[in-house]
Amino acid sequence: MEFPKSLYDFFEEVGELSRFAGRFFQVAFSRPFESKELIKQCYIIGYKSLFLVAVTGFIMGLVLTLQVRPTMVEFGAVAYMPRMIGISMVREIGPMITALICAGKIGSSIGAELGSMKVTEQIDAMEVSGTNPFKYLVVTRVWAAILMLPLLTFVADAVGLFGSYLIESSKGSVSFYQYYNYVFSSLVFGDIIPATLKTFFFGFAIGIVGCYKGYTSNKGTEGVGKAANSAVVTASLLLFIIDFIAVMVADIFWEI
Amino acid sequence: MMKTTNPLKEENVPLVEINNLKKSFGSNQVLKGFNLKLYPNENVVILGKSGSGKSVLIKCLVGLNDIDEGEVKVIGRSIPDMERDELDIIRSEVGFLFQGSALYDSMTVRENLLFPLRRHPERMKGQNEDELVLSALRSVGLEHTLELMPAELSGGMKRRIALARMLILKPKIILYDEPTSGLDPITSNEIIKLMFSIQKELNTASLIITHDMDCARVISSRIIVLQDGINYAEGTYDDLSRSEDPKVKAFFKEIQIF
Repeated sequence: MEFPKSLYDFFEEVGELSRFAGRFFQVAFSRPFESKELIKQCYIIGYKSLFLVAVTGFIMGLVLTLQVRPTMVEFGAVAYMPRMIGISMVREIGPMITALICAGKIGSSIGAELGSMKVTEQIDAMEVSGTNPFKYLVVTRVWAAILMLPLLTFVADAVGLFGSYLIESSKGSVSFYQYYNYVFSSLVFGDIIPATLKTFFFGFAIGIVGCYKGYTSNKGTEGVGKAANSAVVTASLLLFIIDFIAVMVADIFWEI
Repeated sequence: MMKTTNPLKEENVPLVEINNLKKSFGSNQVLKGFNLKLYPNENVVILGKSGSGKSVLIKCLVGLNDIDEGEVKVIGRSIPDMERDELDIIRSEVGFLFQGSALYDSMTVRENLLFPLRRHPERMKGQNEDELVLSALRSVGLEHTLELMPAELSGGMKRRIALARMLILKPKIILYDEPTSGLDPITSNEIIKLMFSIQKELNTASLIITHDMDCARVISSRIIVLQDGINYAEGTYDDLSRSEDPKVKAFFKEIQIF
């Protein structure tokens, strides 16, 4: 039986991406560290995504509370609202929404930027000027994504819980202090640690896929568009896989 | 201790030496045994049809393309055998002007010029980096563009900035990949004049890939026609312009539509 070409291409792509990630780990901890470029990328990936992440987190907090509240009222469990929203925001919604937004915003921009640099020979120009373009372009962007995703997730969680508090306070009579007290008293390490750890992996996945797609894009402007597009699709798919694995692993250690 | 000689001090030692270079991409063999020797102060033009492997050839010289077979030596050192650190030292002696200029889009002109300089601080020789940047920009007549972004420059200006970026390290060898392509005749002439003045000032050896026959006529000491992956013909502009070989003649004749 002949091996289907699409399956062959898929495994080839997985292999190439793994090799690219391996190359990242080979040079990620060795000198010279491109610290200026890393700070610049942290600013672009972190600070410039902050507004979008915060607004989305805020709206998610509002919507989640509005949608869930009637059912909780029906069951006479409205007192559990802060706990429920807190756990779902911290464990799943905050990290996942932040990661998906970043996959769209950062993954596509990295893919397009590196793709166009490749097409216009800027990566070659970097190479001949005595710079390792992989270290300068890829390592810095991946590290920046790894470092910034947890911080962005923290912001999304905090703003999302604030949005939820606004609905709760408008419908009931809970104070700001009371609401946050309920939320934090219901959270345990088993909620916070796995959720935080997985955001590092999310950051890595978004950074490495964006860089891989851009760095290996085919010549031509069409290749740049494809790189940006497939960076988002592949990274988003990978995020769900990582999330599933993270939840399974967390279940072993913390019995969710 | 073993005594070593500096190949640059010997006039008859080629700065670039290519022997029997072979390079394939999949089943397509682009170079099938190309040979070249580039001596100090020489300007060698490589002529060839599109897709004949000219750009591949010069990329092999700086290690941007791996080779399949043969020998590539720059300043007496074998490029394929070098470690990255060693290769970077040799690369600092080789200027490369890319076809599309390849300026870094996200950096200003000043940052573009500083980029290679900061990678090779030994080349500053105690001089201030801003002075070196200004002096390189002055040599191409664009000192006023210091804080502009590449997107704000015309095609000709980009090419001149790329020349300045290449010159800032004062290379011994310059590789030009179609230096006048996509430019109007006036800007092309300016670029050719700059290429001349660079050679005069820095005593460089140049390898020029071009389809621009005016450029080839004015600047070449020698022309090599790259056809079917090998040195098809070689000689001065005058020699080749008188050739009766149809493949060589094709580069020199006027366009005839009918």
